[in-house]
Amino acid sequence: LGHGSGGQLMAELLRDVIAPHLAAPIEDAAVVPFAGGEAVLSTDGFVVTPRFFPGGDIGSLAVYGTVNDLAMRGAEPVALCLAYLLEEGLDVAELHAVTASVAAAARTVGVPVVTGDTKVVGRGAADGIYLTTTGLGRRLPGADVSAVRGAPGDVVLLSGPIGSHGSAILSVREGLGFEADITSDSQPLHGLVAAMIAAGGPDVHALRDPTRGGLASALNELAAASGVGIDIEEAAVPVPPAVAAACELLGLDVLHVANEGCLVALVAAGAADRVLAAMRSRPEGARARVIGDVVAGPVGRVTARTLVGSRRIVDMLVGEQLPRIC
Amino acid sequence: MNLRGVRVDVHGTVQGVGFRPYVYRLANLHGLRGDVRNVDGRVLIRAAGPAERITSFLHRLAIDAPPAAHVAGLSAVDVPAEDVPDGGFHIRGSATDGSGAAGSREMPADLATCPACLAELFDPADRRYRYPFINCTDCGPRATIVDDLPYDRERTTMARFGLCGDCAAEYRDPADRRFHAEPVACPRCGPQLWWRGPSTTAGGDALACAVAAIAHGGLVAVKGIGGYQLVCDAADDAAVARVRAVKHRPTKPLAVMVADLTAAATVAHVSPAGEAALTSTARPIVLLPRNGSGGFADGVCAGLPEVGLFLPYSPLHHLLLHALRRPLVVTSGNRSGEPIAVDDEVALTTLGPLVDGVLGHDRPIRSRYDDSVARVVAGRAVLIRRARGYAPAPLPLPVAAPEPILAVGAQLKHTTTVAVARQAVIGPHTGDLADEATHDAFTDTVDRLCRWRAVIPRVVAHDLHPGYLSTRYGMDRFAAPHRIAVQHHHAHVAAVAAEHGLSAPFLGVAYDGLGLGDDGTLWGGEILHASYTGYRRLARFARAPLPGGAAAVRRPARMALAYLYAAEDLGVPRPDPARAGDLPARLGAREAAIVRRMIDRGVNSPLASSCGRLFDAVAALLGLCDETTYEGEAAVRLEAAAGADSEVPALPWRVVRRDGLAVYDPAPTLRAIVERDRPAGWMAAAFHTTLAEVTCALVADAAERTGVRAVCLGGGVFVNRRLTTDLRDRLGRMRFDVYTGEQVPVGDGGISYGQAAIAAATLAEE
Ligand SMILES: [Fe+3]
Ligand SMILES: [Mg+2]
Ligand SMILES: [Zn+2]
Ligand SMILES: [Zn+2]
Repeated sequence: LGHGSGGQLMAELLRDVIAPHLAAPIEDAAVVPFAGGEAVLSTDGFVVTPRFFPGGDIGSLAVYGTVNDLAMRGAEPVALCLAYLLEEGLDVAELHAVTASVAAAARTVGVPVVTGDTKVVGRGAADGIYLTTTGLGRRLPGADVSAVRGAPGDVVLLSGPIGSHGSAILSVREGLGFEADITSDSQPLHGLVAAMIAAGGPDVHALRDPTRGGLASALNELAAASGVGIDIEEAAVPVPPAVAAACELLGLDVLHVANEGCLVALVAAGAADRVLAAMRSRPEGARARVIGDVVAGPVGRVTARTLVGSRRIVDMLVGEQLPRIC
Repeated sequence: MNLRGVRVDVHGTVQGVGFRPYVYRLANLHGLRGDVRNVDGRVLIRAAGPAERITSFLHRLAIDAPPAAHVAGLSAVDVPAEDVPDGGFHIRGSATDGSGAAGSREMPADLATCPACLAELFDPADRRYRYPFINCTDCGPRATIVDDLPYDRERTTMARFGLCGDCAAEYRDPADRRFHAEPVACPRCGPQLWWRGPSTTAGGDALACAVAAIAHGGLVAVKGIGGYQLVCDAADDAAVARVRAVKHRPTKPLAVMVADLTAAATVAHVSPAGEAALTSTARPIVLLPRNGSGGFADGVCAGLPEVGLFLPYSPLHHLLLHALRRPLVVTSGNRSGEPIAVDDEVALTTLGPLVDGVLGHDRPIRSRYDDSVARVVAGRAVLIRRARGYAPAPLPLPVAAPEPILAVGAQLKHTTTVAVARQAVIGPHTGDLADEATHDAFTDTVDRLCRWRAVIPRVVAHDLHPGYLSTRYGMDRFAAPHRIAVQHHHAHVAAVAAEHGLSAPFLGVAYDGLGLGDDGTLWGGEILHASYTGYRRLARFARAPLPGGAAAVRRPARMALAYLYAAEDLGVPRPDPARAGDLPARLGAREAAIVRRMIDRGVNSPLASSCGRLFDAVAALLGLCDETTYEGEAAVRLEAAAGADSEVPALPWRVVRRDGLAVYDPAPTLRAIVERDRPAGWMAAAFHTTLAEVTCALVADAAERTGVRAVCLGGGVFVNRRLTTDLRDRLGRMRFDVYTGEQVPVGDGGISYGQAAIAAATLAEE
């Protein structure tokens, strides 16, 4: 890939590589029909090494990640914008593959990529491909989902097993050999959320997809934002055996490992059974479980009942994992 | 006759230890008039009489003080004799002097049953015959039952028990041993035992039920002084195995209570220093070399050549031993890492289902204090865990804190210190702050220490490690200008210097597991040129990765591979990993391969210049410990393997200079170990000798560069008796002044005290 300064090369890039996959953006901005209600907006940058991994790639991740961020506010996706930042020297075949994946993911979700942007920067100024996706969504009727709405007595639901995405990425990037057994959970969650809202309406208080920082960070953020405490049962959190084995070997706490295809929900106790049933009716939520409950305090504290019955404090990940043992 | 009047101000540990009755008796002995009273935490005396008798009184005042008292300071000023009230000598009630002199509020530590009370306990004619709560001014619970200061019955958990006529008379009689013994009680008016087992009963029957259960090989939870304890027959293999299962403590040695020194001597070699520690009023658990003849189940010591013994320190312990007449395993009633249970409901719900019965009583425990642990190193008893019997008696600070300071310690083996003026009060020792109950115990301790001292600290001293929950606590509650971050190893060596009252800069040898350095790597094998306000790193151990972080700490076999594959290259080849024998096989081929890969790729493999981790690696290379179940286990096993032979020469070693630091390169040492031609025990001993030689070289170099001759040995590695003793000898011969932690643990239990000393000096300098 040559260096682009907005001239002939760029036009060819758009025409030959990107447009065949996506409805080529020919206007400066897209007009999107929007049928009333509340608009929900989200944007996210995607940087991942390697760009292709078991269970996904940077293209599908960029679509699902933003769709999921919209879903975490109780919104269905309406349209997506996509911006490429490409490094000079990138293999054009790879750009084809990523763009094809974006298109396939958008079809899966059922939303168009309506506009976008492409920039090429000099060698070394970026690492291959960076994607930024912006999503426009519409708040689902009856949804009132916010990180601040968790309340004592709420039940904590988790939609599926954790730890696959982060351990798959790490394994393939560092050649650790787990990649045959571990596949990223990268998938869109808007359908799952729609089912949950249909079943629970405003009783679905808070949603979060435990991406970077893992379930531990997601729960800590929810607890802090809602001004509550959260207690979970370690044994209730599903972890695929291969992920558990990898984390054990790598010295990682699976609660800190990133996910791209599950969500955690704080739901009013009275609606928990209904919402859980709705989750389990969908493939993304087939293994949904109650993992704990929301308590009054201490505010911001998340604890896990361990397998031996004591309670340990579940912490946010602070930077690098430095052992606390002396 | 030449009359003289004096006003004496005594401070130190002078409340709750029978000091006023002692002064009363001493004054009467000298025929003096006047009075004595508690004012906040001090004792104020006014006395008048013939000049030479005043002189004698003053002379004896400090040196004859009751055993549990500690006179930290005594000042006497002359006053006109006529200002001293007439009409004999009197004990007056507690008072506050209204000055809010917070620095003098001192908390007495718990005291073991005294000989006089013990005699009464087993005297059928005594009205407290077999009464499990007998005590007097020389003994009994103190810190564990106190709600607030000044120390008076109404501010203890004894307030709920009204004194009967007999007890009240003793309590009010200045000539009586129980004058103002705040927890005084008798069978008629005091606390009573209860038993919850297959049956439910109270009083003497409760004791009998517990005794029967233990005698039949059962496991019983007993409410002790500072918390519930698990008790069983130390000779019963099955019972000992059950204790381990209940506590989730597979291999860490268990403490054994024996009746007296004679019983102790039948199972262990009791040195004079060991004897003094065993019989002190603090009654710590003392680690002593076994004399090989058994006496209890193998599972108690888990293959180690030492046993932790202690003598009974409460009347209830005496009664149990008297009835059972055998060594008993007595260990804290908790699972590993959790705090000892103090609350009856908690004990009944958490321990109750796991044991054959719970022996409790209705005297609440206000503060949680685990048993203290001491070891005799180089002829002196050093505290490994400063808890019941010691804490929270204050320790001096070398530089007075200009304002109250809260020092929040580290993460494991956690303690908290509150510093007020020249005193540092170290709270009880707990476990891992990541355990919620331990964290709650920590915050409770902070509240309690501050309330006792009547201070609201505006400054917090904390570790550099951002992930320690103690650091988080400090960050959450104190704004940046009120926080002082203290490097972990600076705190370790400052704790030693402060305990010994050093004032000039010193050389700190910090040999430890891990602590975060100021360069973002983990430290643990450092020589610092330090004062209380700063330090410069002069030397370090070579760095090695920790593949898997904490996982590498739990698995010494990983550390061994890490040193072989990736110890810092300092110019000579590392030993050939192919010579590591069956180590990779023991670790498992898959794990060994992944560890290798993690090291190569730097996956979750932080670098550490740690002495403790080198111990781990050597223990694994010698086949002594591949995996640990408690902190420091690999080093414990390595020291045990080294045996008693002190004449083993060093292995090869080298020190190089890198970026201005002297760096110990263990490559030649490790090569000798993997190519070993001697038994593991000999190699273990030789490794100890090597570290002593290396350390002497590093210290000599540091002394040459700084001119400093005072050396403070700090960090958990110095729990190691062999290394510490050898190093003291060698450095002593090189005419260094060597100090190590005695009252303050060298391990992380001492961190909060070191932080307090540093923060106090730092504030004082500003
Ligand atoms: Fe330490
Ligand atoms: Mg996002
Ligand atoms: Zn006594
Ligand atoms: Zn009485």
